[in-house]
Amino acid sequence: MADAVTERQYQGRVHERSRQLMAAWMGELGRAEAEGVPTGALMISGNCVELLRACHVLPMFPEVTALQNAIRKKSLPLILKAEQVGYSSDNCAYVKADIGLFLDGGMGPGTPIPFPTITVCNYVGCNVYVKWFEHLADLSGSRLFVLDVPFVRTAEPNPADVRYVVSQLEELIGLCESITGRKFDIDYLREILAHAARAEAGYARCKHLTRHHPAPFDAYFDSINMMGPINVLRGTPEAAHFFDEAVTEFEGLVSQKLGPLSQERFRTVVEGPPPYPYYKSFRNLFTRWGAVAVQSTYSTVGGIWEWGFRHDPRRPLESIAEQMLYENLTNRSITARYDQIRRYVEEWEADALVIHSIKSCRLFSAGQGDMRDYFTRELGVPTLLVESDLEDPRYYAEAQLRNRIDAFFEALEHRKLVGAAAS
Amino acid sequence: MTVDAIVDRCRAIVGEPLGVVAERWKTAHPGGRAVASYPVWAPAEVIHAAGMLPLALLGGGTSVELTHADARFQSFVCSIAKSSLELGFQGLVRGVDGFVFSNICDVARNLAAIYKRNFPEAFVEYLHLPQNSTSPLVVGYLTDELRRLAGGIAGAFGLAVTDGALAKSIDTYNALRSRLRALYALRIADPEKLSTVELYLVLRAATLALPEESVDWLDTLLAALSVRTARRHDRMRVVVEGAFCEQPPLGLLEVLEEAGCYVVEDDLLLGWRWFSADVATDGDPFERLAAAYVNQAVPASTRHEGRQHRSAGLIEKVRRARADAVVFTPAKFCEPALFDYVLMKQGLERAGIPHLVVEFEEKMWTFERTRNEIETFVESMLFD
Ligand code: SF4
Ligand code: SF4
Repeated sequence: MADAVTERQYQGRVHERSRQLMAAWMGELGRAEAEGVPTGALMISGNCVELLRACHVLPMFPEVTALQNAIRKKSLPLILKAEQVGYSSDNCAYVKADIGLFLDGGMGPGTPIPFPTITVCNYVGCNVYVKWFEHLADLSGSRLFVLDVPFVRTAEPNPADVRYVVSQLEELIGLCESITGRKFDIDYLREILAHAARAEAGYARCKHLTRHHPAPFDAYFDSINMMGPINVLRGTPEAAHFFDEAVTEFEGLVSQKLGPLSQERFRTVVEGPPPYPYYKSFRNLFTRWGAVAVQSTYSTVGGIWEWGFRHDPRRPLESIAEQMLYENLTNRSITARYDQIRRYVEEWEADALVIHSIKSCRLFSAGQGDMRDYFTRELGVPTLLVESDLEDPRYYAEAQLRNRIDAFFEALEHRKLVGAAAS
Repeated sequence: MTVDAIVDRCRAIVGEPLGVVAERWKTAHPGGRAVASYPVWAPAEVIHAAGMLPLALLGGGTSVELTHADARFQSFVCSIAKSSLELGFQGLVRGVDGFVFSNICDVARNLAAIYKRNFPEAFVEYLHLPQNSTSPLVVGYLTDELRRLAGGIAGAFGLAVTDGALAKSIDTYNALRSRLRALYALRIADPEKLSTVELYLVLRAATLALPEESVDWLDTLLAALSVRTARRHDRMRVVVEGAFCEQPPLGLLEVLEEAGCYVVEDDLLLGWRWFSADVATDGDPFERLAAAYVNQAVPASTRHEGRQHRSAGLIEKVRRARADAVVFTPAKFCEPALFDYVLMKQGLERAGIPHLVVEFEEKMWTFERTRNEIETFVESMLFD
């Protein structure tokens, strides 16, 4: 390995503001029960958070709770609790951590995570979502509404699919009205969507800034700071403002030619969710090689904004439906993801693809061997595939990962040197 | 023809590669096409109405070694997905012109796209079946989806699915399903007359032939069964639940019964017995089939049913079949089955119905441990 690469220890305002905003939202959730505020559980992927907001239902995201518990290294006991009552070691650990939290007394009346008043399963790609929310509704006794979003399976958008989703959104509005006793106001939704569109534009701008050399932030590891605001808080003026600030900050870094590391030696695209229980350790394995992610697929689970889609206040329900259907990673096929990654590699000028294969998440991972085959054999893109888990620390084998990652970057470095010598 | 002779014939057909079955049929029907559906349910009626042979793509069972597919799918993915892909790589589905997948789980979803990429010459269609049974537009949505499949077939093969042909195919499949229901009813009444292995082979053979032909030999079988005599043993009546997609090895089904059970209900090849009653015979056939999916489908782990708790259908099955217990048989790594197990188990416990879990893989070949587990379970019940 050449000279040691260090992290610039940049955390900046983006990180701090994100934490503050998310903490404020968690605080609201913690007070919801006492204050009589109805809550609605939602999934991250292609969600309709704007609609819940417009219906005066405070959104809650079990996936966020699960990942926060993993980052705080609290996930394993929760997973084990769920396994004790019959969940399999082969089930998605996000679900187990969530159910474990309930079994452990950390969710439900009188806890910081209330039971949802309504459980809205935005079934956007992930089939486990349906199971998860069936189980959540079963244990919390809350009303379950499965919002069935047809998977993208035709080359062109299908107006019948949009109609089907819009009609379910209308049904959901009626359901929320009956829960809150408040009349739905479409103009309020338009206002919320305008805030959402501003946040989306800001997020997209940030992601385009990583085309610069060096990229101003790591589009995998640092994106997490933006994923909370874009996926959870979208539709609030605070989230829109957050992205305005983020753009300013990252543009500043671009103009100073500063990236997250002291040197950007390799530009990667990363596919798959991160191992939350070992977030920092995993990051370090790449940092030591000067590898910076310039794009990632995980940052698009909630929505793919960098290619121009925005919620449209003039077509409120239709644009919500279109986003849920077409403008997010999870509702598209795995081979559509190959195309997304290919564009990232080409347009963001990446040197390699890193696939982090997650045992829990078959939506992401099932078939990633085929993805590797496509990138290495058909496109000639150096590709590394490593395995662990996003929630269950038992599947994280540091030594093995380090060996694989080191071997990969050594080879990549060699290739670069040979390439440079030849040119 | 005797029951044994029919079952032997079924066993022989089931042992053949899917491609061989398709090619034989196409030789007998020049210009014909064959389309295979991955579990759990697919509208075979639409495929049949196009004049094609509808088949079931059920993985490689015990016979296919994975030489390519395990590099494409990780170790934590179920076997049927891998071996179904392997069949393609090894040319064992050559002769099958198309494949239909649906949104039963994340693995099947990705498999569909990977099939399409690796076998671009085949017609591959992915259906999104609704996970919402109560919304006003759901039947309309599925009607459109079935028409889209028909459009895809017309585009790929130049074969039209007319309303008249579809109406006829619905009638034919209604007839087939009524025979299958009769077999299941017979087994509930007299489980000693028809073992689960026999029933499974018969069912599986019916997924490899035109439905009108199956109806004929199923009638012969039902007649033969009515005069078949067998001694009833003192065994525990069980419902088998969880093997709706990956196929359990025959050895496992055998062991279940040898170890002291009569399987009186199961969810094997559930998609071919999908409707609890006949699909309506009047009106737009696409809409009828869609409405039946929404309102008359049997409970299944791969379909959300908002009107019923996950365990309700299973408990009803136990009662209807006068079963003493449930044996859960999830395929290894099968998330729909493994998730449902928890809610079903809790429901059974509330209802006081005993249960046992036996995980399997299609390639499993030793059953001694399973035999012991089942024997112990049966004994514990007898002494209860
Ligand atoms: S399978 Fe993947 S997308 Fe689905 S809930 Fe689990 S981690 Fe999330
Ligand atoms: S066995 Fe289970 S996980 Fe595998 S494809 Fe079938 S339903 Fe999906």
